[in-house]
Amino acid sequence: MQLTYVLILAALLFCIGIYGLVTSRNAVRVLMSIELLLNAVNLNLIGFANYLDGQQIKGQVFAVFVITVAAAEAAVGLAIILAIYRNRDTVDMEKFNLLKW
Amino acid sequence: MDLATLTQTITFFALAGAVIVAALGVVLLNNVVYSAFLLGGVFLSISGLYILMNADFVSAAQILIYVGAVNVLILFAIMLVNKREAYTPVPGRWLRQGGAAVVSLGVFALLTKMILQTPWQLSSLPPTTDSITTIGQHFFSNFLLPFELASVLLLMALIGAVVLARRELVLEPEPILGEEVVPPLELPERPREPVALSEK
Repeated sequence: MQLTYVLILAALLFCIGIYGLVTSRNAVRVLMSIELLLNAVNLNLIGFANYLDGQQIKGQVFAVFVITVAAAEAAVGLAIILAIYRNRDTVDMEKFNLLKW
Repeated sequence: MDLATLTQTITFFALAGAVIVAALGVVLLNNVVYSAFLLGGVFLSISGLYILMNADFVSAAQILIYVGAVNVLILFAIMLVNKREAYTPVPGRWLRQGGAAVVSLGVFALLTKMILQTPWQLSSLPPTTDSITTIGQHFFSNFLLPFELASVLLLMALIGAVVLARRELVLEPEPILGEEVVPPLELPERPREPVALSEK
């Protein structure tokens, strides 16, 4: 059945994104991993909309909202990274200790 | 298995393989520029999967917004913070990476078991043919409030990004009459790296 394939693919993409989110040291790469997470969620939503709710495709509406929020998040996140880079002169996540007691 | 199903299955597995390989490249490659371009590959493959699942409007939106806007924005950010820095080794980092890998694989195994065990109530009706009309009717009937809130959110993100990324101007006192006026050709800015300058 194809729905399980889609869901397993989305789960794998989500886990790759979590691994990258936790382990990467470049701050821009962390944002890319967050985009991977949001895409995995979108894949789930589209899969459910196609296989379980083919008439009222509400999953696609939710996917459009997720894409909107992802675009806003990318813009604000990259602005924050630029501001930190201007202050700290680095993009290394290990050196960002601004919020650490 | 007829020809249409076979084509669909082959296309699905080719796109899924492309998604997985490109996502692993995004996470694991050392050069962050390669990661950004592979991220564009992930987005394009996922939009192909959307077409395979009858979501034409979302597929077009995915290409326009993710590949056209978010990926270009990430590339611009990489160029703006273009700095080759050798990361100082942190003790016990391999332990953290191994722990993250174990946790990710565990979550994946758990999700896979859940997906395979759940009896999904598959819809027997054929999927709708004009998805754009259905999505538009949803937007303007029962999803009207989130739709309007999304516009407010985008406006807030626009203003917030401009305010955060702007360099702060240093306000100088007004020049007194008769005094020599500074040439107004450049914007007076705070020094670019205040931390680095103050350490000297």
